[in-house]
Amino acid sequence: MLTADRVLAAGIMVLSVYFMWHASALPIGWNGMTGGPGGGAFPFWLSGIMFLCAGGIVVRSFKDSAPFAKDDTPFFDPDTLRSVVVVTLALTATVAALPFAGAYIAIPVFLLWYLKIYGKHGWVLTGALTICTPVFLFFFFEVTLKILLPKGWTEPWFFPLYARFF
Amino acid sequence: MELLGYLGDGFATSLMPINILIVMIGVTAGLFIGAMPGLGSVNGVAIVLPITFIVPPSSAIILLCAIYYGAMYGGAISSILLGIPGASTAVATTFDGRPMAQQGKAGLALIAAAAASFVGGTISVVLFTLFAVPLADVALAFGPAEEFALVLLAFTTFVGLGGDDVLKTIIMICLGLVLSAVGLDLISGDPRLIFFDQPGFYSGISFLVLAIGIYGVGEILYTIETQKSAPQVTPAKITFRELWYGLKEINKLWKTMSFGSFLGFFVGMLPAAGATPAALMSYGIAKLLSKKPETFGKGAIEGVAAPETANNAASTGSLLPMLTLGIPGSPTTALLLGGMVMWGLVPGPMLFIEQPDFVWGLISSLYTANLFAVLVNLALIPLFVWALRMPFTVLCSLVFVLCLVGGFAPSQKLHDVWLIVGFGVVGYVLRKADYPMAPLVLALVLGPLMERSFRQTLIAEQGNMMAFVERPISGTFMAIAALFFVLPMLKHIKRLLRRDLSPAE
Repeated sequence: MLTADRVLAAGIMVLSVYFMWHASALPIGWNGMTGGPGGGAFPFWLSGIMFLCAGGIVVRSFKDSAPFAKDDTPFFDPDTLRSVVVVTLALTATVAALPFAGAYIAIPVFLLWYLKIYGKHGWVLTGALTICTPVFLFFFFEVTLKILLPKGWTEPWFFPLYARFF
Repeated sequence: MELLGYLGDGFATSLMPINILIVMIGVTAGLFIGAMPGLGSVNGVAIVLPITFIVPPSSAIILLCAIYYGAMYGGAISSILLGIPGASTAVATTFDGRPMAQQGKAGLALIAAAAASFVGGTISVVLFTLFAVPLADVALAFGPAEEFALVLLAFTTFVGLGGDDVLKTIIMICLGLVLSAVGLDLISGDPRLIFFDQPGFYSGISFLVLAIGIYGVGEILYTIETQKSAPQVTPAKITFRELWYGLKEINKLWKTMSFGSFLGFFVGMLPAAGATPAALMSYGIAKLLSKKPETFGKGAIEGVAAPETANNAASTGSLLPMLTLGIPGSPTTALLLGGMVMWGLVPGPMLFIEQPDFVWGLISSLYTANLFAVLVNLALIPLFVWALRMPFTVLCSLVFVLCLVGGFAPSQKLHDVWLIVGFGVVGYVLRKADYPMAPLVLALVLGPLMERSFRQTLIAEQGNMMAFVERPISGTFMAIAALFFVLPMLKHIKRLLRRDLSPAE
């Protein structure tokens, strides 16, 4: 836990510096043109505070009284870490597939994988949810709210449906 | 009397068939969301918000408030039947609710929770009605300096009263504020913090993206890791005899429940406190004042009623500063505030003058939401018992799909969907290392107001920083904020002194 705490705090320090570098593209001090602080001041100085606090966490972690100082448990639970990683990867793959395969391929494939392979459910439940969810999404988002979900190369398949509902 | 007139007009809106239907749908959805382990009001509102575009803004906010209420009632259901709190706000309900269920009194515990929630909700809505107008009137006198001081005060309550690691709390507040600055500079219009030159960042980071990421994706990842085996559902059936007996028992607990309601309402108003500490405090005080404190933790009905009145009262309490001052009292109300801004309504005192129909419609809908929540809650208990048996993987997969599609819908940019996954993973990791999430969401929602009021004041006062302290109202807020800020330091010094005085330790 202690190592993870240090790594995270160090990561936040790096992130703060990155934010400060970005913010400094705009004036970070007094803006002579409009008066008042410049456009970069607010994010710059707040990132500065973030940097100092994260630094404080790193320094504190070397003291005996630090939080997690006597906590030897691993940061990630080894029994369930695999599940978290696998689900995150599947979710990332689904989002990556959205622009070209479209929501109506990517989401059912995700559901099929999640329910059948990951969740080990029967075919009836898997099939019902895999088919009903995209149908619901189509009628709710596209037909009712007129929000078109990404379709990628499946777009031509929907032309007859568009003609019918719009 | 004027108040009653306003409220009467409000009921004319909230009792319209469409709004009654919306309240019923909202509380039912909220009850289910709240009853699901791992999902609470904030998750429910975050996931459902993008799909509320289907109804007009006034109905959308009524729907979301009904979900908020329903989820507060629903949290108790899994606390009692599974022994796992449906949301952190229902943690205290497990202390006595679970032992009651194990003793075969699950039905009684559920009745007590529902009735207590109703009492807490109703007393707090009455308080809300009484306090809303005076508070909004005071807030009318606020200029940018007061607005800045008030937002600062809201953030310092997290430092002083939040109970989380102070350094980590400050980091999360600053991170939220920096993320709120992404996009175009408020005053000059220059682009700033456009990471990796991605055009998606020009429109800023929506609070919705962060909320769905953290409370949707992040929450489910967290639950996947922490829930190793399927929990056991205690069966519960409610008969009329039990209902009658339960209501008679609850009737004896007026003192506990009124105290819990007042406590919950006022604690709920503070951004850092909210429903979870209110429920725990109410439980603690009920035990302290009880004639039979030894029964607490072993299935005392009082131990169920006390936290349930307080957490419902707190949820109403947190709506008060959101609606009257534009400062949310909890992460859920921060999302409601963001939603209102998205629909073109600006919460704050002017709302009471410009949109009285909306405000009073909303307030009166809280009364109806309360009534429907208790009725739906008691009527659908067999359904909840069935729903709680739903495999967790089914719930997860559907929440994931809703997060992805719901995150895409408002802006129709895949950029936002990527951010949701990113925030979900980062939020999950940070949460594991005890970084608090509520200040982050609140800071992202309040960031633009804070920056604008800060810069407006300084421009108007030609850079005189003392302007924030010299004006009486803003000066008072600043003084209280400073007090909250030094509070953890004082506690630390006290601890050090005590350690020096007791060398034997």
